Amino acid sequence: MADLRTRLGHIELPNPILTASGCAGAGRELAQFFDISKIGAVVTKSVMLAPRAGRPTPRMAETPSGMLNSIGLQGPGVDAFLQRDLPWLLARGARVVVSIAGGTVEEFAELAGRLSDAAGVTAIEVNISCPNVEHRGQVFACDPGAAAAVIEAVRGRARYDIPVLAKLSPDVTDIVAIAKACVIAGADGLSMINTLLGMTIDMDTLRPVLAGLTGGLSGPAIRPVAVRCIWQVREALPGVPIIGMGGVKTGQDALELILAGASMVSVGTTIFHDPSACMRILRELDEELASRGLERLGEAVGLAHEPRSAIRRGFTGNAGMK
Amino acid sequence: MTRSETEPAAGPVQVRATVLTVRRVDAYHAMTVVAPAVAARFRPGQFVALAVGGPDTSMLLRRAFSIHGVRPDLGGTVEFVFAARGPGTRWLAERRARDVVDVAGPFGRPFPVPSQPASCLLVGGGYGSAPLFALADRLRERRCTVHFLLGGASGDRVFGALTARRLGRTATIMTEDGSLGARGMVTDMLGQIILEARADVIYACGPMPMLRQVTALASRYDIPVQAAVEEAMACGIGVCMTCVLPVVGNDGITRMVRSCVDGPVFRGDRVRWDDVGTIPFDALGAPGWEPRPRRGAAAVRSRAGAAADTAPADGSGLRGPAAGPQPPPAARSQGHGG
Repeated sequence: MADLRTRLGHIELPNPILTASGCAGAGRELAQFFDISKIGAVVTKSVMLAPRAGRPTPRMAETPSGMLNSIGLQGPGVDAFLQRDLPWLLARGARVVVSIAGGTVEEFAELAGRLSDAAGVTAIEVNISCPNVEHRGQVFACDPGAAAAVIEAVRGRARYDIPVLAKLSPDVTDIVAIAKACVIAGADGLSMINTLLGMTIDMDTLRPVLAGLTGGLSGPAIRPVAVRCIWQVREALPGVPIIGMGGVKTGQDALELILAGASMVSVGTTIFHDPSACMRILRELDEELASRGLERLGEAVGLAHEPRSAIRRGFTGNAGMK
Repeated sequence: MTRSETEPAAGPVQVRATVLTVRRVDAYHAMTVVAPAVAARFRPGQFVALAVGGPDTSMLLRRAFSIHGVRPDLGGTVEFVFAARGPGTRWLAERRARDVVDVAGPFGRPFPVPSQPASCLLVGGGYGSAPLFALADRLRERRCTVHFLLGGASGDRVFGALTARRLGRTATIMTEDGSLGARGMVTDMLGQIILEARADVIYACGPMPMLRQVTALASRYDIPVQAAVEEAMACGIGVCMTCVLPVVGNDGITRMVRSCVDGPVFRGDRVRWDDVGTIPFDALGAPGWEPRPRRGAAAVRSRAGAAADTAPADGSGLRGPAAGPQPPPAARSQGHGG
């Protein structure tokens, strides 16, 4: 058994496996398949101020080793979340990272305030991959200034002891620039990556499959993009905790993101394939670490950035112990 | 009918199930797997979701199939029917006895059954008829009479015609090319059969246009419809939010609800069939929606409230007019004029 504990700011999580926002609802459905208090944390589907009906159907298309989705942030709104979902999660002993989404900076800030007033929120993940209604619908995550404005407002309104995470989009020219802007604005950690924008066309109707035309691509197809983004940001900002996500299907995939620099890993689309995947991946990650002589998760975080000779020394040091 | 009767005995499970048989049934395939925990929890109308393509698959989404039936053999087997139309279902069709598949279920809201003997008309389109036979067994246990009305494009696309003849007091088959039974759509004969069977309730499963028409016709005769919908799903368990459709709640408010957990069986008159595939402007949380009661919603509430007890949400208004009023959604009220 490797020591899987990890830290997010001042908060310690028992292990680094989380759900990815939008792939686990508010935990209720997954609790039918495993004990949600056993994973590092449940990251909720993005919560907005008002109820939201989302986009028309079809909302989903399967693609090679992935899927496109265009759900449009359907959800019951923050009141229902605070009334129904958060107490339920806390009663189950789950650690809860609440993802928030909004169309304006003020909406994000208000959500942060509402969540801070409620007890029990472990961290806030800010889904900045939303269109900015005050700026011709440009996505916050694609502009360092807009991203920083949201993070600054959320950090300012969130209770001081609740870490704020910025969830970054890979659909940018320079993800490091956005990451830096978010950290300077007060982000305590970075979640990456969100989905990549994609499209697929129906060969019978000769029209785009999704009613929303474009959708977010997720699943193992995007894992190399996630590894690259995590690597680049870790290289530039080695002290900032990263929650890695993007196509993690096995413990080995989780380890890959960890080696690139993530200290936590979220499981997303794979949950649709295997509702009990989080527990399996947690078990597999433990085995992957142990089989490489890594006794603590911390030893593996960002290890791929070390020069080869250093890694080899690490292995020889443990070889005799096995 | 108590609420517990409409809910599964326990939650769904995810199991590695051994394939017992895969057989060709006309244009479809029927797979039987050994899955005692799924079989024990099953109620007619529920479905299973299978992972396809094996451990290194590039197909991530589960395939959902309504359960045809369960048997006690080998501790409990589960059978479902599918059309091998895409790479995932073709992979399933290629499985052989003793292969192992990842099965999760049973999921979804089952068909509610009447507490008193009633005349039940079961309408199926294509292999949508698959869940109706287990339902027929259950209805007959309750001393209900069962009538079948099945249809399809051609004879080989009508699933279970022989079983329907064996189980049903009557069984009417319709095919679009006339290769089996009468030529036409199930909806062509529906009105006549409703009268002949003196149907108290209709259970329907099949393509959306059929369900819409069945609901519209049944409303003319004031007969409740329990319709099992087929929406594209990614997960089957209620987390992905892809399988939503607009359904009117007890409060008269339309919500985009998940067909996997809130369905697949809905009261037909609650589904806004004409708006499936859209976000109706008055749906909760639609663009421009504001959190205050609209006049239309208030009207529905007062009408329902005026006639004593409102029909419960769990779709029990099975006894037609006797069970109280059906809150009429806007989409349905036009049907009364016809």
